[in-house]
Parts: sequence; structure tokens; C-alpha cells
Amino acid sequence: MDTPGVEEKAAELKAQQLEKARQLVSHIEAGDEESAARLIEELGRMHESLLFQELGKLTRDLHEALNAFRLDSRLSELTQTDIPDAKERLNYVVSLTEDAAHRTLNAVEASLPMSEQLSSRAGDLAQSWQRFRARELSAEEFRQLSGELGEFLAVVHGDAEAIRRNLSDVLMAQDFQDLTGQVIRRVINLVQDVEQNLVGLVRISGERLSTPDQKKMQEKRAEDQNKGMGPAVPGTAGASDVVSGQDDVDDLLSSLGF
Amino acid sequence: MKILIVDDFSTMRRIIKNLLRDLGFNNTSEADDGSTALPMLQNGNFDFLITDWNMPNMPGIDLLKAVRADDKLKTMPVLLVTAEAKREQIVEAAQAGVNGYIIKPFTAETLREKIEKIFERINAGG
Repeated sequence: MDTPGVEEKAAELKAQQLEKARQLVSHIEAGDEESAARLIEELGRMHESLLFQELGKLTRDLHEALNAFRLDSRLSELTQTDIPDAKERLNYVVSLTEDAAHRTLNAVEASLPMSEQLSSRAGDLAQSWQRFRARELSAEEFRQLSGELGEFLAVVHGDAEAIRRNLSDVLMAQDFQDLTGQVIRRVINLVQDVEQNLVGLVRISGERLSTPDQKKMQEKRAEDQNKGMGPAVPGTAGASDVVSGQDDVDDLLSSLGF
Repeated sequence: MKILIVDDFSTMRRIIKNLLRDLGFNNTSEADDGSTALPMLQNGNFDFLITDWNMPNMPGIDLLKAVRADDKLKTMPVLLVTAEAKREQIVEAAQAGVNGYIIKPFTAETLREKIEKIFERINAGG
């Protein structure tokens, strides 16, 4: 960054070296060996100091660049906690959606054969019923139909209840959309955060980044908590001090006099 | 019994609405945020509020506090149904005067139980 300064310095140094070299020639021509030796030594030192200055500057630049990376705590927080967190969150989404799909499929697989059987038995009985209405059934056949009808009504009663239960299970399984939606929104926010930080890093590349002060971070955390943070995902930051389920909530509330 | 269901996810509102219908509560309305729910509550003769916590504009906890601060609404029973699971948050909700706290994911049975308990207590306390 201060290359112009260095170039000026180098030019100045070169002029000084040239001057000293001329003096050296005149000293040697005059036979003043002592002064000549002193000038040779000085010339050597000047050369070395220029090298050291350059090296020092490079070292300082490198050090500052490294510090700039290290000091941007938001960026390191992103890479150290938030991104692994996001991976956990997305895994949680995968497992929630998988569970929901299985629950739904189980309920459907259990209900389909029931409704198929109900339909086909009702079809058979309807035919017999029609024959009864047309007075085509013998007394013996009617006794049989009456027994079958009684049986069928009991089956309908049980199966309809089972299908209702399965359907309400399908209903409950849809809660994944809310839960995963909350998690995915958080990950989207993170991606935007990463993007902004990278853009910022590119813009100020090399410059020292300021450390976010602790108070601001705490305020942000409190604000997050008020807004709500979505489902607690196991294995992520913020998953500490969470209740493990409804029983835990009930215990906590009853300890508060609820 | 007129119930307001507040959640920013329409799927969750539908789930709760269906569960309530199963429990015999047919008169329900929906809002997708605390900020839309509050004017509905103020103008709508609701008997019961079921709300989520995490919503974009006005979170459920603020809605609860607004309800408790409103002379007309302050005695309304409020049930939080939320994925927010921090102990601190549950304590905060309790201190703000919530009547019940259900953590998502929940079961139909839990919802029934909590609603019954809320009304039991209200009837007992007068």
C-alpha cells in the first residue's frame, strides 16, 4: 500500500549509493585507503538495511492480513458454529420430512385395504339386499343375509373408526411443514449473512476488521429470543437449556405454580 | 366458544383447526401474525386465543403481553403452541401470564388435555 513511499526511498537510497560510490572512486584515486574502506562498509550496510526494510514491511502486511481474518469474529463464528449448525438444521429437516412421509404412507397403507374391503363387501351385500327387495330370497337365504349384515355393520363401525384415526394421523404428520419451514428460514438468513460477510471481506480485503462488541452480540441474542428461534435442533448452538418435550414443559410450569 | 388461531404457517393453522373441530369447537378464526391478530381480538368477541411464538412481525410472546395489557382482553385464556423450547422462554411466557404451553411437535391428545385443563381451572377459579 505504501509502495510509492518505498519507491521514493529506494530512489533516494540509490542516489546516496551513487554519491558514495563516486566518493569511493575519488578516495581510491587519491590513495586514501582508510576512507575508501569506511565507504565500502557503509555501502554494504545501506544495501542490507534496504533489504531488511522490505522484508519487515512484507512481514507486517502478512501479520495484519492474518489478524484481519482472525479478528473478524462474525466470520469465524459463521464458520465455526453457524455453518456446522446449518448442516445439523438441514439434517433435521431431512429427518422430519422423512418421518412425516413415513407416517403418512403408513396411515394410507393401513387405510386403503380397509376401504377396499368395505367397498367390495358392501357391493356384495347390496346385491343380496336387492334380491331380498325383489322377494327372490328364500327364508334360509334371508337368515344368512341378516347375519352377514349384522357382521358387516360391526366391521364398518370398527374400520371407519380406524380410518378416522389414520386420517387424523395424516393430519398431524403435516406439522413438519411448519417446523421445517422455521428451520429453513433460519438457514436462509444464515446464507444471506455469509454472503454479506464475504462481500464485506472482499471489499475491505486486507484492512483490519473490527471486533463486534460483546454487548451488541448479547442484545442480538435477546432480540432473537424474543422473536422466537424456531424448533430446537439437537446438536446445534442454542440447543442447550431447552426442554426435552411436553412433560418437561409441564414440570417446569408446575414448578412455577401452574 | 369463539377461538382465534394465530400461526404464520397455514398448515399448522389447518391442523389446529381440524383438531379443535374434532374436540367440538367449530367456531374458529385464523390470523397469520400477532400484528393482525391483535385488532381481530379487540374487535371480535373471542373467548380463547391459541398462538404460535415465532412469527415475522409480532411474535406470540408480544401478543400475549399486549392481550394482558388490554383492559378488555386481559382475562382471555391464552395457549401458546410453539417450537420454542428454551426454559427461559417458558418461564418468560409463564410470567407474562400464559395459561398453557404446548411444545411442537405435539399430539391431538396433548392439545385436548391442555384445553380441558385451562377451562377446568377457569371454571374452578370463577
